[in-house]
Amino acid sequence: MDKEIAISVKELTKKFGDFTAVDRINLQVKKGEIFGFLGANGAGKTTAMRMLCGLSYPTSGSGTVAGYDIFRQAEEIKRHIGYMSQKFSLYEQLTVWENLNLFATIYGMPAKKIKEKAGEAFRTLGMEDMRNVLVREIPLGWKQKLAFTAATLHSPDIVFLDEPTGGVDPATRRRFWEMIYRASSEGMTVFVTTHYLDEAEYCSRVSIMADGRIKALDSPAALKRLYRAATMDEVFRTVAKGATRE
Amino acid sequence: MSIFQSLVKKEVLHLVRDFRTVTVVLVMPVVLLLLFGFAISTEVNNVRVVAVTDRHTDETRLIADRFRANPYFTFGGTVSYREAESLLRKGKADAAVVFRTEAGRLKLQIVTDASNTTMAQTSAAYIEGVANSSANAADKSAAAVVADTLYNPQLKSAYNFVPGIMGMIFILICAMMTSVSIVSEKESGTMNLLLVSPVRPRTIILGKLVPYFLLSCVILTLMLTLSYTVLEIPFSASVVHVVWVSILYVALALALGLLISAVASTQVSALLVSGVMFMLPVVLMSGMIFPVENMPLPLQWLSCIIPARWYISAMRVLMVQQLPVTYVLTEVAVLSGMTLAVLALAIKKFNAQKR
Repeated sequence: MDKEIAISVKELTKKFGDFTAVDRINLQVKKGEIFGFLGANGAGKTTAMRMLCGLSYPTSGSGTVAGYDIFRQAEEIKRHIGYMSQKFSLYEQLTVWENLNLFATIYGMPAKKIKEKAGEAFRTLGMEDMRNVLVREIPLGWKQKLAFTAATLHSPDIVFLDEPTGGVDPATRRRFWEMIYRASSEGMTVFVTTHYLDEAEYCSRVSIMADGRIKALDSPAALKRLYRAATMDEVFRTVAKGATRE
Repeated sequence: MSIFQSLVKKEVLHLVRDFRTVTVVLVMPVVLLLLFGFAISTEVNNVRVVAVTDRHTDETRLIADRFRANPYFTFGGTVSYREAESLLRKGKADAAVVFRTEAGRLKLQIVTDASNTTMAQTSAAYIEGVANSSANAADKSAAAVVADTLYNPQLKSAYNFVPGIMGMIFILICAMMTSVSIVSEKESGTMNLLLVSPVRPRTIILGKLVPYFLLSCVILTLMLTLSYTVLEIPFSASVVHVVWVSILYVALALALGLLISAVASTQVSALLVSGVMFMLPVVLMSGMIFPVENMPLPLQWLSCIIPARWYISAMRVLMVQQLPVTYVLTEVAVLSGMTLAVLALAIKKFNAQKR
């Protein structure tokens, strides 16, 4: 097993009855990379990501996440990844601290370490005075940062971010990407799906999915050269043009 | 703190902070019990009764005195047959007792205004009871029918409704609240966060069920205390059995809630499913209001799959008749079987969501 590979899948397929949601995809994500997983709605992004996180079993194919087999070692994978969902899901009726404490405990962190790490995170985020505020009362931008912190407090090898910037204003999005960069510079692998193609420019490498297949996979600069496009938006439109599923 | 403890703590914090729901959940059983126990009753009070007699004897006087003294009756005095008829017609009397002396023997006829069936039946039974007891006292040789109502001599409706209300409340609170709370986590996406975490699905489920089980125990204590004090259900050793069978029923209701949450994907559908599938059948077909035995045969068979039917019938035996649990082994067996089956199905469905 290559020590530099965080995620590797071969011919990964997911079928729901006659419908093939994910059709024989191949990809490798290097450690410490920010990997952008692009695709229109219904292209199969979420299904593929759910398989990588152990939320859903593949129909066929093989793969490893954080060095563990996605079929046989799903429990081990869960210990080594973090996950942030589309809606910045947190418990709205719990306070900021209670949420962090709950998720860190679930990931098996000892109480002392949770205090230490959470204190650190509150300082970096400037959220020290929000510790005891209910999550439902804090603004969306803060919620998003908090959700990311909750997903990464246990220092996972890989963090999966499912459309982490939906419905957030551009300034907050930029600040959020700073957080992603910081995590990546500390050696965390980031696997992120997004709708915003300007964000694709921030990724080390991106893949573009359409009709359940990966149609393109390379660094943003290389893709732009390949399709003779000025922006990732153009690249995406060229690649996704032939898609039959929207 | 262990993972399980922190999950339970999260659930408890949610319950405590959702003050309104908890208040409703704790107040509703009390209100329902008091409402059905006192206000809504099939007991008939103040039956306006008149007597018609062809000959005044000691015996008729004695019976009239009994009507006068009985708190359930308002005695309108002795009138002529024609007057009695017009009083009944005008709705100024609910029943008339006609005394006729034939061959030295007193014969009784009870005429009731049956435009309200419940009232007519109950008051006829009362009148019979009063008249018979005096006939017995006055004339031991009279071949009067002695009707004896065992276990509930005053025919108090609280006795009838308490088991029914309990059967309804637990389904309502356990099944509805558990399913809604799990489905709301599905809706908000936090369920996904738990599922991607190393927590075992078993722990997630238990972390949900245990807090609601504890809440149900609080409600059970509340309802039993009320039943045995305010509603004056006779207290006896059978209360231990009442508690055990109720706990079994609570477990079944929790399992049903789990099953609903595995099938429903939104809070509204979870509410609808538990409301339509559980509330209505419980109210209409469990024997809570309408006796199961009076239903057409197909409906009786259908009622067998309603858990509340078995629970209510067991509660009648344990609470009202105060017999030990050995008299309700069938009910206990059916409830246990249902609990295991529903739990197995719910866990299977819950795991199937991953695929």
